[in-house]
Amino acid sequence: MSEQGTVRIAPQGTQPEFHYPPYVSSIARSPRMPLALLAETMTERTGPVFGHRLIRPQDHDLTAQHEGDPLGERIYVHGRVLDEDGRPVCGALVEVWQANAAGRYRHKVDNHNAPLDPNFSGAGRILTDEKGYYIFKTIKPGAYPWGNHYNAWRPAHIHFSIFGAGILSRLVTQMYFPGDPLQPLDPIFNSIPDKAARNRLVSRLDMERSEPGTALAFKWDIVLRGHGDTPFEESSR
Amino acid sequence: MTSTSRLIPTGSQTVGPYFHIGLDALAQCAHQDMAGETVRIHGRVLDGNGSAVPDAMLEFWCSTPANDDAGRHCEFPIGFRRVATEVDGSFSVEMTKARAVPLDDGRMQAPHFLVLIFMRGLLRHLITRVYFAGEAGNVADPVLETIPIERRVTLIAQQKSDTAQTFEWNVVLQGAEETVFFAW
Ligand SMILES: [Fe+3]
Repeated sequence: MSEQGTVRIAPQGTQPEFHYPPYVSSIARSPRMPLALLAETMTERTGPVFGHRLIRPQDHDLTAQHEGDPLGERIYVHGRVLDEDGRPVCGALVEVWQANAAGRYRHKVDNHNAPLDPNFSGAGRILTDEKGYYIFKTIKPGAYPWGNHYNAWRPAHIHFSIFGAGILSRLVTQMYFPGDPLQPLDPIFNSIPDKAARNRLVSRLDMERSEPGTALAFKWDIVLRGHGDTPFEESSR
Repeated sequence: MTSTSRLIPTGSQTVGPYFHIGLDALAQCAHQDMAGETVRIHGRVLDGNGSAVPDAMLEFWCSTPANDDAGRHCEFPIGFRRVATEVDGSFSVEMTKARAVPLDDGRMQAPHFLVLIFMRGLLRHLITRVYFAGEAGNVADPVLETIPIERRVTLIAQQKSDTAQTFEWNVVLQGAEETVFFAW
């Protein structure tokens, strides 16, 4: 290829804007000048590869990281990491963090007066297998209040950070739970203009993977961005 | 699979204020595999009011030959660093000096890191690059060349006189001195 491709731009409406005033913190922290187009070079096409030695066996079981059991509804959260062509992304590092069942984070700046759980840290990580599959065992996080506007509450969510093939596939996002009445009120959730794209952040109840008598399961697939100059570039949009 | 069946990438959401819980572990093991010449970059992240951003996370990436395949066997990927800002908005990162990497057409780029920036208030991450003052290649770098000359300086870390391999680079999120960020 003689002409240098540029970094691919997300389809209209499927990603949040940087400046989204309903989310008050975005106002002073979002760029206002036009974003530049970036040539996609070797720097952009490559990315860090994480080895299995960085992961400990219990890292994906957030219910087994302390002496006792954490309080709350035990759940599995699982799914596949795919690229835009639907191929599984193998060896993707998935890092998660979340509030406990009472909606409190184990973090010094969280001053919500809900209780901490001595048996729950709220952090996990895993590498996807050859089918792009990941699974966490955890507890369902609680909703929590925040200072964005009067009586603001975040819907229950788990924070996800994912590294795929190449640094441009990097994604930090949040997974939500089905049927949560706080979702339509949440400016962070609603920052994605396209309704279908927004709803893809919501996991689905998966009775098949649940463990009778022990834990419900929620399934959530993740699609990572690809590169700008793949052979599939001539798409319909 | 047809060419029209491409999936829509999952939407981004803010990293929020509590990312340390989940993301520090990786940052802490990023001390290994310092090979060859190292470089230190320090600076501050500032918002549109000129206030320090005490809860940002930056990730630095440069493509190195060791990443190609041997990197798979390393404990921690060479060429990658994750760092969080302190209460005063400052950060400091030390890593193997970036090498010059070519474009597809063979032209060389000046040494640089790709930088991803995450924080509460950013619903999707920012992408930028940092170059190093004094590199001869900066003049003809094909990416720097596309940036209006008056803004190019925001992508170039300045050398500190005291130590040869220590550079200062601030990230300004908004305003007259706004750092150049790239679309994605
Ligand atoms: Fe949260």
